[in-house]
Amino acid sequence: MMNRIEVENLNVYFGDSHILKDINTEISKNTVTALIGPSGCGKSTFIRTINRMNDLIPSFSRTGNVYLDGEDVYDPKMDVVDLRKKVGMVFQKPNPFPKSIYENVAYGLKIHGITDDDAISARVEESLRSAALWDEVEDKLDNSAMGLSGGQQQRLCIARTIANNPEVILMDEPCSALDPISTTKVEDLIHKLKKDYTILIVTHNMQQATRVSKYTSFFLNGEIIESNLTDKLFVDPKDSKTEDYITGRFG
Amino acid sequence: MEKNRLSEFLIEKSLVITAIFSIIIILLIVLFILMEGFPAFEDYGFFRFLFGMNWAPSDGEFGVFAMIIGSIYVTLLSLIMAVPLSLLCAIFMAEVAPNSIRRILKPVIETLSGIPSVVYGFFGLIVLVPIIRTNFGGTGFSMFTAALILTVMVLPTIITISQDSLRAVPHEYREASFGLGATNWQTIRHVIFPAALPGIITSIILGMGRAIGETLAAIMIAGNVVQIPGSIFDPVRTLTANIALEMGYATGLHYNALFGTAIVLFLIIIILLLIANYIQHKYKVDVGGGYL
Amino acid sequence: MRGLKSQKIISPKTSQKIMNAIFIISGIITILILVLILGYILIMGLPVVNLEFIFANPIDSGASGGIFQMIVSSIYVTLIAGIVATPLGVGAAVYLVEYAGEGKITKLTRFGAETLASIPSIVYGLFGLAFFVVAIGLGWSLLSGGLVLAIMALPTIFQVSEVTISSIPSSYREGSYGLGATKWQTIYRVVLPAAIPGIVTGVILGMTRVISEAAAVMFAVGSSLSMPLSIFDPGRPLPLHLYILATEGISLENAYGTAAVLVIIVLVLTFVSNYLVDKYQRKIMGR
Repeated sequence: MMNRIEVENLNVYFGDSHILKDINTEISKNTVTALIGPSGCGKSTFIRTINRMNDLIPSFSRTGNVYLDGEDVYDPKMDVVDLRKKVGMVFQKPNPFPKSIYENVAYGLKIHGITDDDAISARVEESLRSAALWDEVEDKLDNSAMGLSGGQQQRLCIARTIANNPEVILMDEPCSALDPISTTKVEDLIHKLKKDYTILIVTHNMQQATRVSKYTSFFLNGEIIESNLTDKLFVDPKDSKTEDYITGRFG
Repeated sequence: MEKNRLSEFLIEKSLVITAIFSIIIILLIVLFILMEGFPAFEDYGFFRFLFGMNWAPSDGEFGVFAMIIGSIYVTLLSLIMAVPLSLLCAIFMAEVAPNSIRRILKPVIETLSGIPSVVYGFFGLIVLVPIIRTNFGGTGFSMFTAALILTVMVLPTIITISQDSLRAVPHEYREASFGLGATNWQTIRHVIFPAALPGIITSIILGMGRAIGETLAAIMIAGNVVQIPGSIFDPVRTLTANIALEMGYATGLHYNALFGTAIVLFLIIIILLLIANYIQHKYKVDVGGGYL
Repeated sequence: MRGLKSQKIISPKTSQKIMNAIFIISGIITILILVLILGYILIMGLPVVNLEFIFANPIDSGASGGIFQMIVSSIYVTLIAGIVATPLGVGAAVYLVEYAGEGKITKLTRFGAETLASIPSIVYGLFGLAFFVVAIGLGWSLLSGGLVLAIMALPTIFQVSEVTISSIPSSYREGSYGLGATKWQTIYRVVLPAAIPGIVTGVILGMTRVISEAAAVMFAVGSSLSMPLSIFDPGRPLPLHLYILATEGISLENAYGTAAVLVIIVLVLTFVSNYLVDKYQRKIMGR
């Protein structure tokens, strides 16, 4: 199996605080990998190193390497714009732009220089269909995205990400602000997407990790304690800390 | 305890008075300006006053139309120069510049807003008027010269307020846009600027109010000729200048006509304020539901 | 991108670079404008300013001599404005935050302050003439001028005080109530002392605004050159003096000197209020 993302000796600091410590891991292609662990353990920071969103924080610094398809993400020659096109991201809180539904999905295409309206329309429809939202919004594409429910907004954000045709999708607790029904829809969507995309999902919810992911990594205090096939990690954890966490003794 | 309760009561009531004091003052201002200005409308005729082209107090002619146009022209001309510069500067400070440069620009803007308008007027008179005279002919006292100084005077207003509204755009929009691979400029242009637009328009309207209400800079460099200017290098007289120039010696209907001029000025300012409030109100309600 | 081609002539990266350059230029222009104006006024004016200029009386309508009367007049009107406006502004802020809450009075007061802040100074000038000078009968005097300026300083003092007082943590108040203090005791002994730095900043900002005013006091203070002996005498504050010197062509040299003094006063006040804001904000954040 080909590895999509490789991480070598990654250390991340915000100012003086050491957030991620010696992370080494590999994420395989077209699978769903869940990142679990208590709050503040560095899961979100970790996925944000992959599309360099941490660069937006002035106090951020880092040592070690992240490779995407063998290319060094932090190479000075790496174009962040291209990187973020390849590595899409869905955030904790649904964050559609205050524009119409259509404009939200078309945004990524337009900023990447596509001007052919027919092509854009086609891609918007395709993306909304892939995000299982088309049937609900088909006749109100010109309405503001802010009028959608939270779950619809999050699926819209996923559609917006897919429209860019990324290879990897990072999801930072995508269901934490959603009700159970919307959560189920987003989870179904993740199942559907995994054949085309490599997905990393940060989650607080261990049931969710078991439902959607093939692999799981357990983070604690900025370190990866254990990574394994999800089935194995939850049934037969190798590390006592993992066991403590998944049996609910802390976190 | 009784004594305590009484003094608490009295204190609260006197605080109420301080709270409504500004409203009382506004009512007083309106009352007195109207009272003194009204005879001019009554004796000379409201529409004749407003749309009359002839201002000759010694002949009993009190038409302020040329001054209204003068004020509007000078203000618009200064906004044409001030808006692009201040918006660029506001975006620079809010979205682009590193903290070190922000720390330089912030006190610069504050100092610009603190410089007395008479000093701006003086600078315009001593420095700009001769430059304009040498390069564009005429006396150098002109609409353009005044607009140049007003441009500098409204910069801080527009920069400060539009910067606040840019900052108020939720950080999630930036993350979403960057996450899709947009550059900083694309994010500003397509997401942040449209979201901040109501606040930016408000800042421009308030800047407009400042320019139209400015007296000394206008009086010292605009030339004060009562006419509708044919070119931007012609002298003009603004409403504010008209009042300040003639109040010192005005009597009778002339005195009332100058208060009448102030009523016109006041009305323009109130209209601008209402528009600004309307925009703020409308978009505060709508920013979630409508689209930009 | 699958199947779709970018058709932009200028790449996003290039336009980012162009825009960055434009942004930097706009920042530089803004800084240059300030440097140019301040530099010019100070270079031309400072050589005129010395102790004699500051402490001598004007001679020949200000054609020579100093600006002592004007400094005294400016101090008078500014102090009157501060003494009158501070209790009004702070009182209104206290009422809004501690008593009224969000409601009709609060909205009305805020609207009043905003409107006062946007009335042109020449309209204040006319109001001062019609109300204080004529109707109340204070005549052309420093008191009339100071009262007009008090109204102009009011919105600034009120707005800054309101922000400051509402930022005082409610735990302070709870602590005081818990000891059996009345509302006013709590405000007077706990809330106001904690808010002092912010209130002082507001007052200084208000004073900065009024010490620069010429148009508003033009028709209220008279423009007497003689030394005011009391607040009922007419006077001539610095900005008005500068206006008269410059427009009547009395003395360019003294106009430069007066402008420089005015600019220095404003710079010092701006610096002090900035320092206070900086210090106060750090104190709050340090908690």
